[in-house]
Amino acid sequence: MEAWHGDRAVIEFHLDGRSGVAPYLQLIHQVRQALRLGLLSEGDQLPTVKDVAAGLAINPNTVLKAYRELEYEGLAAARPGIGTFVTATLGGASLAAHGPLRRELQRWLAKARRAGLDDESIEALFLSTFRSAAEEDIA
Amino acid sequence: MNAVLETRGLGKRYRRRWALSDCTLSIPAGHVVGLVGPNGAGKTTLLHLAVGLLAPTAGTIEVLGGRPAAGQAQLARVGFLAQDSPVYAGLSVADHLKLGARLNPDWDAGLARGRVDRLDLDPGQKAGTLSGGQRAQLALTLAIAKRPELLVLDEPVASLDPLARREFLQDLMGAVVEQELSVVLSSHLVADLERVCDYLIVLVASRVRVAGPVDELLATHHLLTGPCRDPGTLPAGQQVISASHTDVQTTLLVRTSSPVVDPAWTVSEVGLEDLVLAYMSQATGRRRRDNHLEVQK
Repeated sequence: MEAWHGDRAVIEFHLDGRSGVAPYLQLIHQVRQALRLGLLSEGDQLPTVKDVAAGLAINPNTVLKAYRELEYEGLAAARPGIGTFVTATLGGASLAAHGPLRRELQRWLAKARRAGLDDESIEALFLSTFRSAAEEDIA
Repeated sequence: MNAVLETRGLGKRYRRRWALSDCTLSIPAGHVVGLVGPNGAGKTTLLHLAVGLLAPTAGTIEVLGGRPAAGQAQLARVGFLAQDSPVYAGLSVADHLKLGARLNPDWDAGLARGRVDRLDLDPGQKAGTLSGGQRAQLALTLAIAKRPELLVLDEPVASLDPLARREFLQDLMGAVVEQELSVVLSSHLVADLERVCDYLIVLVASRVRVAGPVDELLATHHLLTGPCRDPGTLPAGQQVISASHTDVQTTLLVRTSSPVVDPAWTVSEVGLEDLVLAYMSQATGRRRRDNHLEVQK
């Protein structure tokens, strides 16, 4: 279930059976997420269909469907007999900024906790701020 | 001849009772087929007809293009795991593998040994003292190592605990990829089927209620909610599978190949579990909670 980067495992899929999101969409989302966070980059191999199917106990056609969709989006390409490889990066130049931003966010989270916010309140506050900021951008 | 299972008007009668009637199916190769329905619906009867343990009373059945159990060659192409994974209690794990090697022309001894090692089964242990999960895994090992093209499994995980169930299905999915197996498995655990199956047959009260690729079934069934309405007034082509009404609201599960455009309806997607339950309650005329279908997550 792991993709190898050198000898470092870079991604491992997981499925949320209760989310109501189709399993193949969950796999696609996790690859995109890994690309955005720089956990996967161009040239990395995705886990083989067999490893994902056997690891998660899901139908292999579900994995194939997810990989075909990623190919269609131009994010991956299949090399017959070898596997499926990442062919693009998401996030690109902004990846360098992730580190400092993450540290700022951690400081902010610590502050929110000290102020007595629980996880749900933090998430709600973040999302509502995020949405209203997005709306201001549009307006 | 690309169908793993092809039946026309297939029926089986025990004395005066039809256990399976008018069953017509054509299932292409390369699928993991889930056969779902309440207890006594005829699932085991259909599977036993497919492996040749029963002969049809009516209609025809072909498996991989041949008559079930028609001879050595046909027997070798189909693996079967009966309910509760029967093993020989007095024989050891190693004895089972020896037996498998003697009885099956295409026996893959390396695969069988490899699996037994990986599962950490003691070759000297008597099968009767294995846990339920180990017994199921041993039986699956025998069924896989005979290198069949089609694997037929009758309620393979019903008696297993959640961990053993997951391990069993992981191994099964691995084998499906590695050996390009087609699988037909019966279960009343819809949550398991949802993960592993890409083709579904719903069997209720001896009849097939719906069958098809899961993607297609999910794409053509919709849940409609809206103001109270007589289902008889729906456009042609929208087949009502289940309906419930309150004083002010109607909820329908419909099957249709064209989009629902009536703005009075709120249209939502249907999960596999709801779809299965709708067909089951339609067929039995019972309310959902009375069904024997177990829904475990």
